[in-house]
Amino acid sequence: MTDDLDDLKRALDAGAPIPSAAVKAQALDAAMRAFDAEFENSSQGAVDQPRPTSERPKAGLFRGVKEMFATIPLRGALVGSTALAAVALVALLPVLREGPTGLPDLAVRREVDSDRAQLEKPQAIVVAPSAVTEDSAAGLSLDEAQNLAPQARSAVPQVMGKMAPPSPASEMYSDGASPMVLPAPMPEIVMQPEPNTEAFPDSDENPLKVTAEEPVSTFSVDVDTASYAIVRDSLMNGYLPQPDAVRVEEMVNYFPYAYPAPDGDVPFRATVRVGQTPWNAGTQLVQIGLQGAPVADRPPLNLVFLIDTSGSMSDPDKLPLLKQSFRLMLGQLQPQDQVAIVTYAGSAGQVLAPTFAENRAAILAALDRLDAGGSTAGQAGLQQAYAVAETMATEGEVSRVILATDGDFNVGIHDPDALKDYIATKRDSGVFLNVLGFGRGNLDDATMQALAQNGNGQAAYIDTLGEAQKVLVDQLQGALFPIAGDVKVQVEFNPALVAEYRLIGYETRALRREDFNNDRVDAGDISAGHQVTALYEVTPVGSDARLTDPLRYGAAELSGPADELGFLRLRYKVPGETTSQLIEAPIPAVATDLGQEARFAAAIAGFGQLLKGGAYLGDWGYDDAIALATEARGDDPFGYRQEAVKLMRLAQSLAQ
Amino acid sequence: METTDEDLALSAATGDRAAFAALATRVYDRVLRLAWRLTGNRAEAEDLTQDVLMALPAKLRSFRAEARLTTWLYRVVMNAAHDRRRRAAAHGRAADGWGDWEIARQAEISETAEARDWLTTAMAQLALDLRDTLAMVLDGETHAQVAEVLGISEGTVSWRMSEVRKHLRSMKEAEA
Repeated sequence: MTDDLDDLKRALDAGAPIPSAAVKAQALDAAMRAFDAEFENSSQGAVDQPRPTSERPKAGLFRGVKEMFATIPLRGALVGSTALAAVALVALLPVLREGPTGLPDLAVRREVDSDRAQLEKPQAIVVAPSAVTEDSAAGLSLDEAQNLAPQARSAVPQVMGKMAPPSPASEMYSDGASPMVLPAPMPEIVMQPEPNTEAFPDSDENPLKVTAEEPVSTFSVDVDTASYAIVRDSLMNGYLPQPDAVRVEEMVNYFPYAYPAPDGDVPFRATVRVGQTPWNAGTQLVQIGLQGAPVADRPPLNLVFLIDTSGSMSDPDKLPLLKQSFRLMLGQLQPQDQVAIVTYAGSAGQVLAPTFAENRAAILAALDRLDAGGSTAGQAGLQQAYAVAETMATEGEVSRVILATDGDFNVGIHDPDALKDYIATKRDSGVFLNVLGFGRGNLDDATMQALAQNGNGQAAYIDTLGEAQKVLVDQLQGALFPIAGDVKVQVEFNPALVAEYRLIGYETRALRREDFNNDRVDAGDISAGHQVTALYEVTPVGSDARLTDPLRYGAAELSGPADELGFLRLRYKVPGETTSQLIEAPIPAVATDLGQEARFAAAIAGFGQLLKGGAYLGDWGYDDAIALATEARGDDPFGYRQEAVKLMRLAQSLAQ
Repeated sequence: METTDEDLALSAATGDRAAFAALATRVYDRVLRLAWRLTGNRAEAEDLTQDVLMALPAKLRSFRAEARLTTWLYRVVMNAAHDRRRRAAAHGRAADGWGDWEIARQAEISETAEARDWLTTAMAQLALDLRDTLAMVLDGETHAQVAEVLGISEGTVSWRMSEVRKHLRSMKEAEA
């Protein structure tokens, strides 16, 4: 034991309360009364078993049913849920019966003979799990009890040990019984991919296409970035992601690139670059970058996160999800935005002083330090959050307090009206309040709404990272709105110059050639400021890297302009319209240096392909990806690219 | 020779009133000490101890001779403490608006603030699971026994204790 522990022990021993005679006497008296009551009332038999531990199974069946009755509004639904509960009860009991008891025979006995079960020899104490006592069949005749008594004794410690955690069965069934009231959240993004249980869309890598046979490639833009988060989560947890979980285009699109902004009133601008493929000397990489028109300049944001860190927030869908969500949002902040974090649990405290968003490491470190524990304290937290927000506010900036809670919403002012007035006053001073609910069970939605409305903000419930993305990233700033819908990309390669081509990624986004001009076929949207990057690997005619042999027979004379590698067509709809607009541009045949941005995109594309098996990469490996990404890191104001390099290193170690 | 705790408990479980009285008197101080470590508050600890003693008659039926009474008792106290914490939280939720519960809580905060010193700060700042673990380890229980009572692995107990040490160290440093 260390000195610190010894000190603490000494202090504890010294500080321990001397038992007060009066209190002790009172307690002992109460205990004796309890004793008398216990042995008087239970003289009918020993079947009045205590729960093996007083720890109730969390979300237990009966509590679940009670909650259901308490919250269900409709008669019809009530009938339905009662039936469900009955099914759940029936289904639960057999599991418990043969589950954790050490006495398989005991609880299954059906004879209840109350006379014989009289407790004549009191040491024949029978213990069965509490849930079984709900079943009247759990009785036991005395003879059997006597016979089994020695066994029962030895079995009990086991019972106690095993019953403490909620049995998986009871969890399962109570979940099954509740969706009518509270639909179980369906995470869009599963944070911890389990190799055997998760389903990802089949996505074999796009195959190599021979230009002479199939010159046109069509796909829908994809602005999702979920795959990168899944890959990151897998690697951080120490295993390689499933190949199907890796979508190269989503990994590439996770990163911001410095593409030129569109001029005039077109919603986005395409940038095309052609250069040497990092992993194959005989091929070229065609990078197509789309840059959505930027948001009109928005004022800097001052955000104060007021985070409930009470003990109940420790569930995975609460504080951990909250951390993930804020991580997402952080990426969307501009360097001049400021963030502060105030927590409230047993005591309120400022965890992070106002910090500029560019100092991502400090903010993330503060987030990671958050730990759920203690009871919910409140008023001080809210007041402190507003105080912090006021110190951050400067003329022309937007200040918001973002309250994140699981609805255990004792924010401390005990008159709700006073609380609303308080928030409204603060609103008039320019600080708005947003309320984010996490987790289920005790979410006080109405209060949340009321508070947010009074604070000029919005109330939102966050159950998945996808929802967090929507609420925190897209809506919170109120600045990201779709500027182009159903954006489709079509590239026609010039067979005179390109022998083969391969679209890297976008496997799940492929469109048929004829769908390009069909406005009824849906495709991805681009929001303000969004970027989409697509990469083609093309093999020039005459390159020795060509994988297919030219046809000996029937090869048509290939012709096309010698200065065009291909032709790029883009279709998009202005939001609200049903007819699409067309943008066309030739892809120049001049290979130049890819440039830093395209090289980084290539490094990520290579990384993604390595994770998927790297069929087209040859000897190019993690070392090369790391070197390329490090070299092309650039400014990296938010540290994304640095993180990618870290993930590559992790993957490299894990792949060995 | 003095009757052992275990024998007293077994007799009490059969309805022997005198045995129960002797046992309750004997364990009161021990339970109070543990409760105090778990709650860090005298009034809370006394309430908790009374809860435990009142629950003992019913719980004794589940006591088995091969367990040490102390270990068994730890488990009972621990569970009672958890129940109590949960009740406090549930009561907080159920309280209409933020009325009574909040007032009571504020009163409690000011009360404990008066008595606050290094010790209670140290305990109060520990996460609940760490506090539970520490309370028993300081009573001289082995990590294995603590693990059994808390229903966690021995490794977790050791890990929690290292967290406790880390925490104490950082507190010391913050003071210096």
